[in-house]
Amino acid sequence: MDNNQKPKLAVWKFASCDGCQLTLLNCEDELLAIADKIQIAYFPEATRAVVEGPYDLSLVEGSITTPEDKERIQKIREESNFLITIGACATSGGIQALRNFKDVKEFTSIVYASPEYISTLDTSTPIADHVEVDFELRGCPISKAQLLEVVNAFLFNRRPNIPSYSVCIECKRRGTPCVMVSQGEPCLGPVTQAGCGAICPFYNRGCYSCFGPKETPNERSLSRQFVKMGYTNEDLVRAYRMFNAQSDSFRKESEYYEE
Amino acid sequence: MKNKTINVDYLSRVEGEGALRVDIQDNQVKDVKLNIFEPPRYFEAFLRGRDFREAPDITARICGICPVAYQMSASHAMEDIAGRKIGGPIRELRRLLYCGEWIESHALHVFMLHAPDFLGYEDALQMAAEYPDQVKMGLKLKKIGNALMDLLGGRSVHPISPRVGGFYKVPTRQELDAMVDDLKWAKDASLETVKWVSTLPFPDFEIDYEFVALRHPDEYPFNEGRIVSNKGVDIPLSEFEKVFEEEHVQHSTALHAHRKNGGPYLVGPLARYNLNYDRLTPTVQKAAEEAGIAETCKSPHKSIIVRSLELLYACEEALRIIDQYAKPECPYEEVKPGAGRGYGCTEAPRGILYHRYDIDDNGAITDAKIVPPTSQNQEMIESDLRSYVENHLEMEEEELQWKCEQIVRNYDPCISCSTHFLKLDINRK
Repeated sequence: MDNNQKPKLAVWKFASCDGCQLTLLNCEDELLAIADKIQIAYFPEATRAVVEGPYDLSLVEGSITTPEDKERIQKIREESNFLITIGACATSGGIQALRNFKDVKEFTSIVYASPEYISTLDTSTPIADHVEVDFELRGCPISKAQLLEVVNAFLFNRRPNIPSYSVCIECKRRGTPCVMVSQGEPCLGPVTQAGCGAICPFYNRGCYSCFGPKETPNERSLSRQFVKMGYTNEDLVRAYRMFNAQSDSFRKESEYYEE
Repeated sequence: MKNKTINVDYLSRVEGEGALRVDIQDNQVKDVKLNIFEPPRYFEAFLRGRDFREAPDITARICGICPVAYQMSASHAMEDIAGRKIGGPIRELRRLLYCGEWIESHALHVFMLHAPDFLGYEDALQMAAEYPDQVKMGLKLKKIGNALMDLLGGRSVHPISPRVGGFYKVPTRQELDAMVDDLKWAKDASLETVKWVSTLPFPDFEIDYEFVALRHPDEYPFNEGRIVSNKGVDIPLSEFEKVFEEEHVQHSTALHAHRKNGGPYLVGPLARYNLNYDRLTPTVQKAAEEAGIAETCKSPHKSIIVRSLELLYACEEALRIIDQYAKPECPYEEVKPGAGRGYGCTEAPRGILYHRYDIDDNGAITDAKIVPPTSQNQEMIESDLRSYVENHLEMEEEELQWKCEQIVRNYDPCISCSTHFLKLDINRK
């Protein structure tokens, strides 16, 4: 197909580890087919070629942590017909949102000898706090299958088929015995959105919620169960403050046990 | 052109955000700056107060391309605090997981990020129009590396199975046997890759580097060894900070590392290769001879050949480990460190990754230091750029800019990784 007739895709990066955009390059079997149907117009991790906007679809990785990035996301929104955020950093602020609970000046002085060279915001926040987002794809990292589903859905103007139920459903489908019941392992699966394929329980460990809270989670009930299993308040705070610490319900739950 | 500025505002085909600026005045290179504007993410700060067992999962998030390196350096450091050395099949499985990461990362760089520069393409997709067989071979190699990581780690980006002491779950003999045919194909494909990349056009450009890498008595290094250089360094991990230091420069959120009272040094495939050639297998050594770079290679551009040789090594090593595998009774050894300090340093695809942790009696981290490979290479990259531009002052602006980008990509820089990194400006005044 002629490049001029193909929809234009752009991939943008903010504060992140690059793992979610790598997921696109990890579509080894699909990549050449994708490039046949879509014009990869802006994707610096993969190409030095730059095609000017506007773009039909923008994938945005990473969180907003600097004054410059706060401005940059506005321009990207203006240039994008659809804007989809990919990964825990973009959808909830990511692991770097742990700064939101501390004094960022102190953080800067721990890492950098000359803090005055560093320009940064006090918080790490999701993209949707700054601009309108058309769809949020969860995960730390995102799932390859879900990424392909979302890109397809937006190109064909249909709703993406991404479930919002919990990891528990995936364990049941996979036939994995519950690690809380059978091994006494604390597991965040009951409050975590599915999508990873419930890999942690399959590998004999509790879920640590890299996909963030499911729709209508009941953290308090799960926290009480964790306490019965020997968790202290500090353990609970740490459990909710990992890769989705800034997502609303996890933040509230960690703050409750901090007091 | 007596005065000019070469500017690359956003370096492509590297991981993370960086830029490059070169200032030329009166036909002399005045200044070279590799700007790393990757926003700071403060890992070393928020690790404080976290449980020692969380370090492998948290530090993996520094880099989506080489999470295994972070998990391995962190785990080894915690085991060091406990005075434990994990041996036997668990140690072998860690090497096998690392083989997966090297295959995935090196295949990505050789075929998709680096080769297009030599052939004048802006990316691998453009290159695929004329080199479809090579691009497909690269993608398949990458897929096999990822499959190995999926099996051992649960997934390839931020694996979930590695832990302090070993793994949450280890594969069965049958699961590993199922990988053998693909790995045999990958070994042959790597050999073909070495032959192909050694025919690429290389500039006449060599540097007398100080190479720094791990060295182990018996093995090509992944997880263990002493830190050595070709210019007199031979130290245990615990002396890293006595010999090397990091400096915070204004143009970069990555810290610059160099030898104390000395100059820049190079880590990564070239360093490992020059310091550990005798630890490679006969097949790899033979391929190196045929590629014309046996024993030593001081050309940063030829790092594409060295990466391909390491691909070949990783495939052979993976096949060896699978062949000798006996499933351990328990997938991990219990590690319970008391208060203390520990060190971990392993060979990420891009070079040595150093971790140092202090933990208290409750197992909480009180201090953490992480020195990623790219921040160590940053000063060397700037030095290479200076040498190259000084010798090519008459080159057309556009061509010189692309060549400068290529010099940076020779290092497979991982800017996200530098937590603390890149933008090209060539400025001729």
